[in-house]
Amino acid sequence: MDAPVEAGSGPGPAIEARWLTKRYGETTAVDRLSIEVQRGEVFGLLGPNGAGKTTTILMLLGLTEPTSGLARVDGLDPTRSPLLVKSRVGYLPDEVGFYEDLTAVQNLRYTAELNRLSKAVAAERIERVLDDVGLTDAADTKVGAFSRGMRQRLGVADALVKQPSILILDEPTVNIDPEGVRELLLLIERLRTEQGVTVLLSSHLLHQVQQVCDRIGIFVRGQLRACGTIDALADEIGDRWTFAVGIDGPGSWEEVLARVPGVTAVTRHEGRWRVQADGDVRSAIHDAVVAAGGRFTHLSRDEADLDAIYHRYFVNEDGNGENGANGDSAA
Amino acid sequence: MRTVPTVTAQLELGAAAAAEPLFRGGWLIVARKELADHVQSIRFLVLVMLLALAGLAAVHSASGPIRAAADSASQTPSIFLYLFTLSPDRVPAFHEFLGILGPLLGIGFGFDAVNGERAQGTLARLVSQPIHRDEIINGKFVAGLTAIALALAAVMAIVGGYGALRLGVGPTWSDLARVVAFYLVAVAYIALWLALAILLSVLSTRAATAALTAIAVWLLFTLFGGLIAGIVADGVHKVDANASSEAVLANARLELNLRRIGPDQLYRDATGVLLNPSRQSTGILVNDTASGALPSDLPLADSLSLAWWQLMAIVGGAVALFAGAYVAFMRQEVRA
Repeated sequence: MDAPVEAGSGPGPAIEARWLTKRYGETTAVDRLSIEVQRGEVFGLLGPNGAGKTTTILMLLGLTEPTSGLARVDGLDPTRSPLLVKSRVGYLPDEVGFYEDLTAVQNLRYTAELNRLSKAVAAERIERVLDDVGLTDAADTKVGAFSRGMRQRLGVADALVKQPSILILDEPTVNIDPEGVRELLLLIERLRTEQGVTVLLSSHLLHQVQQVCDRIGIFVRGQLRACGTIDALADEIGDRWTFAVGIDGPGSWEEVLARVPGVTAVTRHEGRWRVQADGDVRSAIHDAVVAAGGRFTHLSRDEADLDAIYHRYFVNEDGNGENGANGDSAA
Repeated sequence: MRTVPTVTAQLELGAAAAAEPLFRGGWLIVARKELADHVQSIRFLVLVMLLALAGLAAVHSASGPIRAAADSASQTPSIFLYLFTLSPDRVPAFHEFLGILGPLLGIGFGFDAVNGERAQGTLARLVSQPIHRDEIINGKFVAGLTAIALALAAVMAIVGGYGALRLGVGPTWSDLARVVAFYLVAVAYIALWLALAILLSVLSTRAATAALTAIAVWLLFTLFGGLIAGIVADGVHKVDANASSEAVLANARLELNLRRIGPDQLYRDATGVLLNPSRQSTGILVNDTASGALPSDLPLADSLSLAWWQLMAIVGGAVALFAGAYVAFMRQEVRA
């Protein structure tokens, strides 16, 4: 009875874009974007505001036509089979809204009707998705009384009503509190593992989404600057070996650490030393500090750090103004 | 670089051909939801009450003189129709009230049709469901039209029923046919305002702007239209104390034709002949033309043909405005 969804059924990747381009007059919102999202993968499209993330999503949903290039969603061309694509893709728009005078259930029922679900199927699904997002208690409350976090969760429920094989979430973590973000990410992970849903999410907040994304694409000014696993990206910018070192005891530790062979940079970061090196220098650091009479309070290797990636790709971009006019208008 | 693997292309065609029929009739789903919203809204209640009160006042004041006249001249045909057209005591007749207040009904159900969804953030969700984009605006127009038809039917039933009660005379079959024709013209006239309001709701991002613009257009035609037409006519054909009757007539004709640019005059022309079987022209009656006319009632078909181009203009205007709204909506970006 859960008819039109064949999760992971079709051939090829769940989402595919090749040289996808969208121009609005002089501005190029999306510039020759090529990505592939495999089935069951969680892909993060990351970039600052105005990078063209939403435009890309709209093209994938067939809501705006690409100027050139090719898009495939579940093997379908969104421009030619928009209804079929939209019946398989759950979409949480940026700044999602609901009919304020209707209850959560009534809002979702409308979505179910638009997806041509029968009354019985709709009722059962709505109950389940509301449970998934933890809104069962608010099911018959008018959305007008909802907090932003609740609306966001209801938005996810709304995207899930059609039982999509692909979920596209546009800035899903914006405007919700940290606990809400955590719950949302857990839900995404659960959907992926339990139902094999493919997830494409866009965000400008890398920290919030890094833990759920299998791969990320860094998207700046309409162009994909880098794409891969977080580890691979960290490798790419030579930021693979970073250590946090906490030392108790007097001494000029910056010099001591800098003199350790292989260390390339030492900075002070949140009360600890932050050591960058070209390899695993933990034992050398240990020996040097102990030899200088220090006691460790902390020594760890940082996970490949999106902070560095962020700075490398976003902040530097903003710093040099040469592309300044390009793509700012597209959110 | 735009090579499409043929296998994918075929699969896609096959799948599309097989599955697209599943998604028919999206406009009906939209219309049903919108209509439910309309009918349950306070807006609907207020507008129906306003029209009903105005209608009752008009019919109440009309029924007194009709009763008095009917006692003396029982031969008068179509007494019932006088309920809608007679305006003693400076209270406008029902069809005039409707000409003035009807547009509010149309504006009320349309001014936030699209921009309301946009502002609420529901439009993005709506367009990402498996319905064609035009089904959204079609559904909304159908829902608005249905709400208007329902509201007007309710008001006319109340008003007509009350009038018949006061009069002690029910409508004859031919009266009823004329009332139905009047009803249809009124619905078309209000639909024109609905189409205008929906067009404005597409063009302007804010509902308040759309509502104010629509009301400005409404005021322009219903209130100032006559004034402006009068001033222009006076400028072209000077009328003073010793003006010839030709000049007076030319002045009046020009004023009337200018007023016909506005939909309210078209409506008044059409409903005037439809509700008054003895009227033989939509134009200005002077003794000259009237003296030659037979003092008999026209059949409904003849009354209709008298007002034919006015009817066409009203329907055409509504269609043109809706077409404008449709095109504007289809061309608009989802986030504008």
